[in-house]
Amino acid sequence: MGRRGFAAIVIAAALLATGCSGQDQPEQQATGPVSLTFWTWAPNMDKVVALWNQKNPDIKVTVNKQDGGDPAVTKLLTATKAGSGAPDVMQAEYQKIPTLVAAEALADISKDLDPAVAKAFPEAVWGGVTLGSDAVYAVPQDTGPMVFYYREDVFKRLGLQVPKTWAEYAEAARKIHQADPKQYLGTFSAADAGWFAGLAQQAGASWWGVDGQSWSVAIDSEATRKVADFWGGLVEEGVIGNKPMYTPAWNAGLNNGTQVGWVSAVWGPGVLEGNAAKTAGKWKLAAMPQWDAGKEATGAWGGSATGVTSQSKHAVQAAKFAAWLNTDPEAVRALAQISGVYPAATAGQTDALTTPPKFFANQPDFYQTAAKAAGTVAPFTYGPNVNVAYNAYNDAFGKAADTKKKSAFLTALTSMQATTIKDLTDGGFTVAK
Amino acid sequence: MRASARRRPPRKVAPYVFLAPAILLFAGFMAAPIGYAVYLSFRATKVSGLGLGKGARREVWAGLANYRRSLADPEFVDSVGRVALYGLLLVPVMMGLALLFALLLDSGRARGRGFSRTAIFLPYAVPAVIASLLWGFLYLPDVSPFAHVAGQLALPSPELMSSRYILFAVANIALWGGVGFNMIVLYTSLGAISSDLSEAARLDGAGERQIALRIKVPIIAPSLIMTFVFSLIATLQVFAEPTTLRPLTNNISTTWTPLMKVYRDAFTRDDVYSAAATSVVIALATLVLSFGFLRLVGRRAFGQEARP
Repeated sequence: MGRRGFAAIVIAAALLATGCSGQDQPEQQATGPVSLTFWTWAPNMDKVVALWNQKNPDIKVTVNKQDGGDPAVTKLLTATKAGSGAPDVMQAEYQKIPTLVAAEALADISKDLDPAVAKAFPEAVWGGVTLGSDAVYAVPQDTGPMVFYYREDVFKRLGLQVPKTWAEYAEAARKIHQADPKQYLGTFSAADAGWFAGLAQQAGASWWGVDGQSWSVAIDSEATRKVADFWGGLVEEGVIGNKPMYTPAWNAGLNNGTQVGWVSAVWGPGVLEGNAAKTAGKWKLAAMPQWDAGKEATGAWGGSATGVTSQSKHAVQAAKFAAWLNTDPEAVRALAQISGVYPAATAGQTDALTTPPKFFANQPDFYQTAAKAAGTVAPFTYGPNVNVAYNAYNDAFGKAADTKKKSAFLTALTSMQATTIKDLTDGGFTVAK
Repeated sequence: MRASARRRPPRKVAPYVFLAPAILLFAGFMAAPIGYAVYLSFRATKVSGLGLGKGARREVWAGLANYRRSLADPEFVDSVGRVALYGLLLVPVMMGLALLFALLLDSGRARGRGFSRTAIFLPYAVPAVIASLLWGFLYLPDVSPFAHVAGQLALPSPELMSSRYILFAVANIALWGGVGFNMIVLYTSLGAISSDLSEAARLDGAGERQIALRIKVPIIAPSLIMTFVFSLIATLQVFAEPTTLRPLTNNISTTWTPLMKVYRDAFTRDDVYSAAATSVVIALATLVLSFGFLRLVGRRAFGQEARP
């Protein structure tokens, strides 16, 4: 015995002590300081989070900057599968939430959230984080209601009215292209499935649906066909472009005046400023052209929410932070002004955004028009295999846009629907016919 | 007695001690991941209900279903056909140019040899992604200096990334990057040929072309075969060039090449199981093709070494 026995007792006691504290962890940490990691790609988010860290020394949040939505989701899914490596808090685009929930990457935080949080957001936006259930998988952060940007100078020169309906849009596209064969009012982008989904949303489509315990897929629906037919027609006529957006060629087109309109979302000014600095002050924002004059509706392109991952050991604190970030007036103002996002919180849209973005200094009512659009976003349900459907869109519509045939656009839609359903049934989901 | 006792154990252990690092690395970083990929290729996820919430998904044994799905997938079949065509286009041109440049540099008359060699080799040092971006800009009519010059001269400039030319456009990037490497390998083995042989041939009245074709090329056959196999494997693995060009055009799908399909299945569709099955198929095909070819030309390729 002697010294060695004593050492053994000390070690055993130490092990016991740590073992106990390990079990008591949740209670201890409810009061003790914790640190959380936050994966996000919104610019300057660290500065917004600094406000939180100042006020909440007990819950320190560290921002881990990500490359963008898709790579971050891939990393999170991998970490979930591996059982470790996920952050506590995660920025996730709305269309990725069903996928993340299905993969058990996001935690249900309905118990940890104040019920009043739901009231801060428009109903359609809130539906995107609950997936129509009692669970809450994230707190909405920003939204991307779709709007229409156009070059005011070009419209004035040609004596054109801002299109109120899609028929007028088509007419304007024809006139602009006739006046200058190099100029286009827009392009059909086969690389941006989210953009097309937003257009379908405006027309009244909802690509997925829940029917009891089975999913339904309505990509190839009346409403979407109307949209595909319209854009396919314009491409076939040759009055709008057929090249994808965000290519060097498209960026150059915005700047050199060959792209004089852009069907996009409220976050557009950032893109325009980055790519078309030469045209500052010449653009204007308008509501989306409508299918039925007098009926106001729009879709959403982009937008994300703040979720708590299933691996977080501090879900309570993480949920508290997510709620603060997206509902606290100071945080929302910082999000809008420092990080440049269009906040999802209804109050934030009018209180935090009073002056127009620098690039749109010529349009004082920029955010009033945007807020009006935000109020007209049509409901839309995303499914558990959005990634597959979007991928099918890229492949099928890429071919269709290249052939410049209207009929090919409708075939592409059929193929997209078939691919999406096949993937669901292959994965073992029940799909309602 | 003492000496032999000391000598015997090391003799048995030593080889393994020397081999151990290689074996450990192979087992850890090659065999284990391959084994895991093969294991995953026989698995699948099973969903119950809507697939939402806890425990709605679990992993199950799938047998050969992933393989069946992968081989029957028209996208996969298309991508294989496309890569076969791409290889038919790329490999002969690349090998031909590499051999031509090597022979020209090796012929006694070449001037500025060092400069030319570096100039031809340099593109190999440019990473494929950067090379693709660079060529992508040259291809896009709206930003291409070629199209600009052609426009100024009122000449038509073909759209190099249209569905008609896209295969050539991608092959061109690989060609630009690959010729230099193959050229260096061939040039080095040409340098190892004794000058006596050429001299003797010259005395016998052979011209430069005859010396090149009848003496030099047969002697460097093993190097030619090696570079050919490397090019073949690189062709089957084409990924970086089309992936980098994809955002610039409508004409490269996400399953344009077999490896792109693996990447898409694993990371876009989050289906590592069928991605694993497809990659096992690709690995086997590569193995069969490269060993099959080596077998076919084996005697010729290694004849010289086997003789003594």
